[in-house]
Amino acid sequence: MDGMEVSFDTHPDRYRHWKLTVDGEVAHLVMDVAEDGGLVPGYELKLNSYDLGVDIELYDAAQRLRFEHPGVRAVVVTGGKDKIFSAGANIRMLAQSPHEWKVNFCKFTNETRCGIEDATEHSGQRWIAALNGTASGGGYEIALACDAILLVDDRSSAVSLPELPLLGVLPGTGGLTRVVDKRGVRRDLADYFATKTEGVRGPRAVEWGLVDESVPRRDFDAAIERHAAQAVAESARHADGPGVELTPLRRESSATGLSYDHVRATYDRDRRLVEITVAGPDAPAPTEPADAVAQGAGYWPLAVTRELDDLVLRLRTNEPELGTWLFRTTGDTARVLDHDAFLTAHAEHWFLNEVRHYAKRTLKRLDASSRSLIAAVEPGSAFAGLLLELALACDRQYMLDGVFEDADEPGEPAELVLTEANLGAYPMANGLSRLRNRFCGKPAPGEETLGKPLDAAAAAELGLVTFTPDDIDWDDELRLALEERAAFSPDALTGMEANYRFAGPETLETKIFGRLTAWQNWIFTRPNASGPEGALRRYGTGQRAVFDRKRV
Amino acid sequence: MPIDYTERIPNNVDLADDRRLKRALESWQPKFLDWWQTLGPALPTQDVYLRTAVDVGRAGWAHFGHVALPEYRWGIFLADRKPDRRIAFGQEMGAPVWQQVPGEYRADLQRLIVVQGDTEPASVEQQRHLGMTAPSLYDLRNLFQVNVEEGRHLWAMVYLLHAYFGREGRDEAENLLVRNSGSEESPRILGAFNEETPDWLSFYMFTYFTDRDGKYQLGTLKESAFDPLSRTCEFMLKEEAHHMMVGTTGVDRVVRRTAEVMRERDTDEVAAYGAIPLSVIQKYLNFHYSVSLDLFGSETSTNAANYFTAGLKGRWMEERRKDDHRLTDAFTEIGTVRDDQLTGVEIPSLIGLNQDLRDEYAADCAGGVKRWNAILTDAGLDARLYLPHQGFNRKVGAYSGHHITPDGRIVAAEEWEAGRDTWLPTPDDKAYVESLMRPVYDPGKIAAWVAPPSNGINGKPFDYEYVHLI
Repeated sequence: MDGMEVSFDTHPDRYRHWKLTVDGEVAHLVMDVAEDGGLVPGYELKLNSYDLGVDIELYDAAQRLRFEHPGVRAVVVTGGKDKIFSAGANIRMLAQSPHEWKVNFCKFTNETRCGIEDATEHSGQRWIAALNGTASGGGYEIALACDAILLVDDRSSAVSLPELPLLGVLPGTGGLTRVVDKRGVRRDLADYFATKTEGVRGPRAVEWGLVDESVPRRDFDAAIERHAAQAVAESARHADGPGVELTPLRRESSATGLSYDHVRATYDRDRRLVEITVAGPDAPAPTEPADAVAQGAGYWPLAVTRELDDLVLRLRTNEPELGTWLFRTTGDTARVLDHDAFLTAHAEHWFLNEVRHYAKRTLKRLDASSRSLIAAVEPGSAFAGLLLELALACDRQYMLDGVFEDADEPGEPAELVLTEANLGAYPMANGLSRLRNRFCGKPAPGEETLGKPLDAAAAAELGLVTFTPDDIDWDDELRLALEERAAFSPDALTGMEANYRFAGPETLETKIFGRLTAWQNWIFTRPNASGPEGALRRYGTGQRAVFDRKRV
Repeated sequence: MPIDYTERIPNNVDLADDRRLKRALESWQPKFLDWWQTLGPALPTQDVYLRTAVDVGRAGWAHFGHVALPEYRWGIFLADRKPDRRIAFGQEMGAPVWQQVPGEYRADLQRLIVVQGDTEPASVEQQRHLGMTAPSLYDLRNLFQVNVEEGRHLWAMVYLLHAYFGREGRDEAENLLVRNSGSEESPRILGAFNEETPDWLSFYMFTYFTDRDGKYQLGTLKESAFDPLSRTCEFMLKEEAHHMMVGTTGVDRVVRRTAEVMRERDTDEVAAYGAIPLSVIQKYLNFHYSVSLDLFGSETSTNAANYFTAGLKGRWMEERRKDDHRLTDAFTEIGTVRDDQLTGVEIPSLIGLNQDLRDEYAADCAGGVKRWNAILTDAGLDARLYLPHQGFNRKVGAYSGHHITPDGRIVAAEEWEAGRDTWLPTPDDKAYVESLMRPVYDPGKIAAWVAPPSNGINGKPFDYEYVHLI
């Protein structure tokens, strides 16, 4: 995978693995994976098994449904192959992939599954899994992300999580978590289920709660229709008119960085660093929601979110050695506040609701990124409201006290501004705002601070920034911190950061990205899975795995 | 209050144009002066004939003149930069040296500098009452010279902290003045620097043995890949040589006086004649040598290995050594105790670097003993001084917890305790030495327990009025 640059750009016209059709209020998404369509050479995507490329299309479809098809209230996911819905993540792909690829793949697929649940919960687009054949492993995990699961009852189709018995790993795309936490399957039955290669069929699957309905083949289409109609009837989505087309991103990629309209990333390979600058809006906020819709993909909050989303995905996948991301913002704070207030005022409008939730999901991606995140707050920055979330997502915040005295245009000292949006518009995976999460167990800055410009001293006093070096110290403090960071063990840093980022309560999501993922990643590196005689590596060779039998 | 820095603080670090340093010093310098007034020399003086460094060159580093102590111009000097200096050891050997602190080594370098810096003001604190009992104005002047230079060495370390370690460096610089020798609340970092220096024999021994540890530590830091540290230490070593001289010739003069009395009176019992018996000198030597050996740390040290590999701290005379300067495959033997026997054990050279430095130091110390014995030989005496075994009276490392005699035998605890009074200063010995400590402030006069020096300072005679008292 070295030297390969993965792109996340795609469009339904170019999908190789999915078909998206929209029929009024119901969309159908058919998984029909091209066997020869693997992202990387070395495996065939048989039996509707998937790799990152397949999932990139699924993510694209989920995004477009929300923005381009505001009228859709139900999304039916089904398989395009006979007797099989999906065999899950491709095993040969997993077996041949380096560890960081597997981990990044799982993270992206997990985010996409959580995004599907987010659409059901917050967009009134209810996802229904219509399992026309066996759904095993990751295939069943796609279904688990949906709000309802229908399984065809043909006396052979089943749902299963065979990872443990077959591959010596876990169903790591939320499977173990959702079976008990979301679907409420009793733990002893869940235990049996996850050790039984062939899984569970029809009525028993319903009885245990693994699926919602088991339907004979002849009634299957009618059942789907019934579920879709019910979803449409119950949907809280109030959206009419045309959607907002997610036009191709304008992006320039070079050896030294990535650059978009509002986001610029510069690589510093010696320091294993990416310097990311996010620019504020260059126009005032629209006056009416319809104006925002008219601006389409160019509407600043959407545009900047898309660019940031793309950047995060690309950096994670293509630049695993650039371990620190340094965030700056530029622009007019008043304009950022203007847009921020507009988003808050019209949060109920379908488009602005979508923008807010998309920003929320993108910020969550940052939270879940295995990179050190540092914010540098300097004169000319615009860390306010929505953009302040970027700083709050960081592991540390450095804020210049005063100005750069030797600069050609020293400008005014930087200021942060908290707004209502920081109190809960963009919750983290644990359900808390980044502000609440930061002050777990302590009083957070109160409502009286909202809208007030906070200089370095005030920001430090409120606990919003870590250090406030002045002009004299700034360069050295930042340089030393970044160099020190780059020298530490990347694994230990990832572990530390992930632990500190999510204070407070557990949720389904934090369990997936924390507990399930950490166990899975540990198992991935163990010889019992990935050693030459491990189960993952030996799968499909006809040889049995040889295990180190010590329980750890 | 604005300070005219170039006038007030002689330096070759471009202080006048360095905003960062100026700001840091504006806050630190008054605190330093407070510290000096509170914990510096207790004896009031008008002025002292002192050497002041105003430049690093031959002409500049030793300017002599009478100076009021608080007005001493503590300067900041780094030895001249060597063009194209390369890292001489460790994993980055051959690469250009660093002009900035690499973030990766910030914590380690800061720690090394803080530990070194902590010893400098400590010895001033330990010696602050000695002026009250100086055996001559010449000695009093030497004491103050050592004191102001330890103060300057503190400045040197503080400079590095201020110039290269940002906010944390400033905090650490301030803490160097807050920790105090012997303090219950916040003692100095290293044990030996919390012991009082109660008398002048201790002072000579301290400057011979303990300051010599400093010389060796500075020698290893002079090899550092962090060039400003290397250059700072190189210049400090010049001044440190003077402290060695004070110790070496101080013990010389005590031995010489004792030898004179032994010969004139034909007795070892010189106490009756106001001199210090050789046996007491030996006990002081045993104490100071063993305590100073502890300063080098444990025989095996992963810290020392890491510092070496990273290029932070080399070996003594690193570049003259004939090996690969990486030591990844080298082994060395160190002394240890096994089954109550002194024995050797082979360990990777990298983790044995503390012992390597201690051995260099011990060999150097042996030179002093040889010199003092030559005085005894010249006096026609058979008695000899000796360096005790490295295992004697140790509190740190492989020998600690064992009872080892000065001649290198492991004995039972009771036997060692029984011998203690013959090996280490007893309360009676200390009381006797203290009884001799009466000040002699008349030019050209000297106390009876010590011989006058053979030379004065900077070509001045012994009876020069080196110090004007109030």
